[in-house]
Amino acid sequence: MASKIFRALYNDDDILMNAVKKVREEKHHIEEVYTPFPVHGLDKALGLDETRISMAAFIYGCLGLTVATVMMNYIMIEDWPQDIGGKPSFSFIQNMPAFVPVMFEMTVFFAAHLMVITFYLRSKMWPFKKAENPLPRTTNDLFLMEVAVKEGEEKALTELLLDTGAIEVQKPKA
Amino acid sequence: MASHYEASIRKPLVTGSKSYSDVSNDIARPVEGRANKQWWIVFGIALAAFLWGLGAIIYTISTGIGVWGLNKTVNWAWDITNFVWWVGIGHAGTLISAVLLLFRQKWRMAINRSAEAMTIFSVIQAGLFPIIHMGRPWLAFWVLPIPNQYGSLWVNFNSPLLWDVFAISTYLSVSLVFWWTGLLPDFAMIRDRAIKPFQKKLYSLISFGWTGRSKDWQRFEEVSLVLAGLATPLVLSVHTIVSFDFATSVIPGWHTTIFPPYFVAGAIFSGFAMVNTLLIIMRKVVGLEDYITVQHIELMNIVIMITGSIVGCAYITELFIAWYSGVEYEQYAFLNRATGPYAWAYWAMMSCNVFSPQFMWFKRLRTSIMFSFFISIVVNIGMWFERFVIIVTSLHRDYLPSSWTMFSPTFVDIGIFIGTIGFFFVLFLLYSRTFPVIAQAEVKSILKSSGDQYKALREEGKPLYTMPKRGKVTTYSIEENSTTNQTHS
Repeated sequence: MASKIFRALYNDDDILMNAVKKVREEKHHIEEVYTPFPVHGLDKALGLDETRISMAAFIYGCLGLTVATVMMNYIMIEDWPQDIGGKPSFSFIQNMPAFVPVMFEMTVFFAAHLMVITFYLRSKMWPFKKAENPLPRTTNDLFLMEVAVKEGEEKALTELLLDTGAIEVQKPKA
Repeated sequence: MASHYEASIRKPLVTGSKSYSDVSNDIARPVEGRANKQWWIVFGIALAAFLWGLGAIIYTISTGIGVWGLNKTVNWAWDITNFVWWVGIGHAGTLISAVLLLFRQKWRMAINRSAEAMTIFSVIQAGLFPIIHMGRPWLAFWVLPIPNQYGSLWVNFNSPLLWDVFAISTYLSVSLVFWWTGLLPDFAMIRDRAIKPFQKKLYSLISFGWTGRSKDWQRFEEVSLVLAGLATPLVLSVHTIVSFDFATSVIPGWHTTIFPPYFVAGAIFSGFAMVNTLLIIMRKVVGLEDYITVQHIELMNIVIMITGSIVGCAYITELFIAWYSGVEYEQYAFLNRATGPYAWAYWAMMSCNVFSPQFMWFKRLRTSIMFSFFISIVVNIGMWFERFVIIVTSLHRDYLPSSWTMFSPTFVDIGIFIGTIGFFFVLFLLYSRTFPVIAQAEVKSILKSSGDQYKALREEGKPLYTMPKRGKVTTYSIEENSTTNQTHS
């Protein structure tokens, strides 16, 4: 097992935010915070890196656009050109205006779905995945902060957490 | 706290002094409770309609499209009308959750979940019509760009009908993941309070193990924002492409460049009307008047009024351009709409879509729940007639007067339409008993800025929270890392 973890429970997001700042000022390491809803600014207060998922979505979108372009060029221009309503069928660029809707749709399709799949996998979410929140009430109205305890600082940390307004501090059973 | 600031002139979006756990209880109540008698009655009617429609579909497919009222001149009528009508209704959900998210409209949070559900269910209905109209629906995969066994004959990417395939399937699938991603924290809330083992299992499965870590929330918010950014042009593109089905043809009355914006406005118009129809009933039945307030209904009515006026402008522009163009075929098409044998449909459309939303200029009327419900039904009828008028009146006067004819639906046409309405309500009624019908996690995040008791506290200059009395120290056992075998009071 890694280091010992204390759990501090809060019943308010503002109290939690102040507690996070205070605990970090006191140079304790916050392992994780579980909240029932997105608390704005919590990621910054915890010092989390910014997520790069929108960058991933952009790349996926470019991939979708490329797939659409290559596919339609192969199907409509190279493999089996047909005269449909007199539309130019021997040059991709001349036929391109008719391809814009599908190029757009496939860009969106790839960007949206691959981004969501990336999100699910990065956050370890899929069907039959067991939830890992330590207490069921953290999806209802409780906010839970897990703090790593350094050797010999148990007492001080407990006092600090209670001072920040925790309604309960849970220590691991020995 | 400054981060919860909201101007005091804004009316509270959540009333009834709700706390965080009140929100959970209110949203979980319909899921955990039992259906009442009215629900079973309405469900029974919807199911009967659905089965009737299913019978009509089976009859169509086993006998042939000839059982419909189509003829050589009007070869596209009832089915495409229903298709466009349902797709249009399906526009409000993504508009509410995506466009209103980009505009930071917090009132969306009470209605986005149900509006998105409505979107998905109505796009399913829409998708049925082209598949049935294929006559041999088991060959529906022919619309996909796959090489076939007869040689390399491909689908035609020059055709707006194929663009439709891509647009509708992208729209349906992206709306679905947008909806489901937003549902994860709310399913998790129900999972973590479920007592019955089956419920626990079910909501564990569909919540994908949502845990609520701060990193998950950070990604969740970013994903929601990017999906909104992607869905906004998507929702506009879908009905634009649907309108291309008509606009790129050479039929007088269809061949107009105004179609894309006109169809999109009409789609939002009918979609919001359907949201109003459903939510006015649902808020009452499920007891969510504190979340879906009269203010929400009023704001939706304003959107209906504006988009209705845009649609009215488009109708008048069409008439003006027909006259101004000097093209006599175009002029005849519109003259025939207003005075020909289908004039009753044209004037039904005009009065339902252009005239009736203008009542919403009056605050008394747009804050009246009964009146809003009435108008929402009127608008839905009007928008169905709009599609009928565009499609049938343009076709029934063919190029040769000897081919002029009329269209009247058979009982099979009507049966399939009623069946899709039944199917839609079956899905929506099941949804309203098994899904969290309000995005509760999002509502909790605006509670301190827009909840009535917090707004009152801020007005009085009081803090929004009180420090609890000094907490207690307890222990937890390390092995217990799942939520199932722990209770906490």
